[in-house]
Amino acid sequence: MEYAIEIENLTKIFDKFTAVNNVGFKVKKGDVFGFLGPNGSGKTTVIRMIMGLISPTSGTGKVLGYDITTDNEKIRSHIGYMSQKFSLYDDLTVDENLDFYAGVYCVPKGKIDKKKKEILEMADLIGKENMITSNLSGGWKQRLALGCSIIHEPEILLLDEPTGGVDPIARRQFWDVIYDLSKKGVTVLVTTHYMDEAEHCNSIGFLYYGNILSLDTPNAMKEKIIDGDIVEIKVNNTLKSIELLKEKCNVRDASVYGAGIHVMTKPGVNLIELKEYLIQNHINVISIKKVRPTLEDVFIFLVEKENKIKELDFRYEL
Amino acid sequence: MEHTIIISSLTKKFGGLTAVDNLNIKVKKNTIFGLVGPDGAGKTTTMRILCSLLTPDSGTAEIGGYDILKESEEIKQHIGYMPQKFSLYGDLTVMENLEFYAEIYQVAKKEREKKIEYLLKFSNLSKHSYKLADQLSGGMKQKLALSCNLIHTPKYLLLDEPTIGVDPVARREFWKILFELKEGGTTIFVSTPYMDEAERCDEVGLMNNGRIIKTDTPANIINSFKPILCVVSENSHLARDISEREDCVLDSYLFGEELHIVADDNDNAMKCLMEKFETYNVKAAIKEVNPSLEDVFVNTIKSEKRK
Repeated sequence: MEYAIEIENLTKIFDKFTAVNNVGFKVKKGDVFGFLGPNGSGKTTVIRMIMGLISPTSGTGKVLGYDITTDNEKIRSHIGYMSQKFSLYDDLTVDENLDFYAGVYCVPKGKIDKKKKEILEMADLIGKENMITSNLSGGWKQRLALGCSIIHEPEILLLDEPTGGVDPIARRQFWDVIYDLSKKGVTVLVTTHYMDEAEHCNSIGFLYYGNILSLDTPNAMKEKIIDGDIVEIKVNNTLKSIELLKEKCNVRDASVYGAGIHVMTKPGVNLIELKEYLIQNHINVISIKKVRPTLEDVFIFLVEKENKIKELDFRYEL
Repeated sequence: MEHTIIISSLTKKFGGLTAVDNLNIKVKKNTIFGLVGPDGAGKTTTMRILCSLLTPDSGTAEIGGYDILKESEEIKQHIGYMPQKFSLYGDLTVMENLEFYAEIYQVAKKEREKKIEYLLKFSNLSKHSYKLADQLSGGMKQKLALSCNLIHTPKYLLLDEPTIGVDPVARREFWKILFELKEGGTTIFVSTPYMDEAERCDEVGLMNNGRIIKTDTPANIINSFKPILCVVSENSHLARDISEREDCVLDSYLFGEELHIVADDNDNAMKCLMEKFETYNVKAAIKEVNPSLEDVFVNTIKSEKRK
């Protein structure tokens, strides 16, 4: 199998702070790889190293066979990058922004018009060519920023939290575009902390404080990681129920999930007993059932587990 | 039930754009009301008008019996407003930010210390009180911003997309705080583009193009929508490409790992899709499910667009 991105033992230390710790992963050509993790987990630092914007403290990486520390000029011409803050010129029109990026990326003159038409179609921006960018809504801006980053037909696309603050409909449309690109063979690496987006990825790396805690497909993560059950409960008093549930010995954690509660339990929990317990405490239980863990459950599970280990280490040091 | 935030026929135009169009909302006392809508729906404009930061072109609103046009000074004493960009001083510490807000809101000196201590504990920031606000993570910044807006014990809390850019762990913690505030008697008016958050509100208003399309409890909104089809398959993307071409399908979209399908006639659509999936050798199971709030939202907005 051909890999577009191969990263091994990558570490980046800023002064005393280890932002990225011994991270390794591989992305197949044409795959969508998601980097999942809370704020400040090191996602952006990894992306910057892949692009050669900062050099790693140690470790190696290859992008399309080029070394990330020595061949970064070559790498950059094959990469499209879209950052958290879309780098668009607000006072230029949609068309002018595309022209500008075509110029920056040295797209041959003869090809520009054809390429622009393709992007406008793909991003559903036809008819908006002459609009000033600052007047576009969030979703349009986002798709224009994406369009600008792929005008030079890059083989690899790096998206750093591309959908922050964009509504569900615009996010769906955005992912449709990403999916089409991946079908055409573009390799996509995307960072996000939205679980529904992570579901779209072929595989996910879960990053926390610079460490990869888990590396797998979304489905495998949901099946393998949590050793226990997830029970969804709907009640009349959510807060009180959470407090009560946390006191139960076979309950690992309970928290608000949508309109209900997700309870993480030890394996083999008895639902009838759990329900009785709540009823005895004057809670009106509307529904209770075991559910398949969602990626959000997995995310919370991994973070809490890691935090507990950290806490123990801390006590040990004291 | 008593209403404490009442918005009546509110309209605000910017040039040729009607950002808020004859808006009517009533929020019950001691509840969480969610204003839900896509970007550019007019959520922020509505919030700003409620805080008297913008003057409406017509219509009015009252909060706790005070008129936003005539009694804006009184209102300001009773509301906490958290804009999308937290207004924290990055080069002040957590403690200094809280003291600063206590000063602005003229919290009595005697109560100040106790209140700050309470808020630090409440938001789990006690250990971080000496840190500069700039050094905090996104989730902590958000909790500090909320605490600053609670320093004068407001009865009404207006939150404009408070959890954007905040990770799931921090979002859960934030909502737990909101529930506690509600139990303590605060009325909360929150805007959000996230449906899992909307589901936690007592009532939601779906907003689009400056207007409210629907106001109800999340459960009632979901129940008013007919069941949709849910396809689980090994290859959701391929299943979607196949479904999109079928006339029996009104709309199809990926929903996590599932494919959701809206059809006029579910039985007919199920039959025709199963045949197609077989033809293309896609292993898939289809069943009718109740839509989630996100399904209802996506479909309602899309059908508005089609009009």
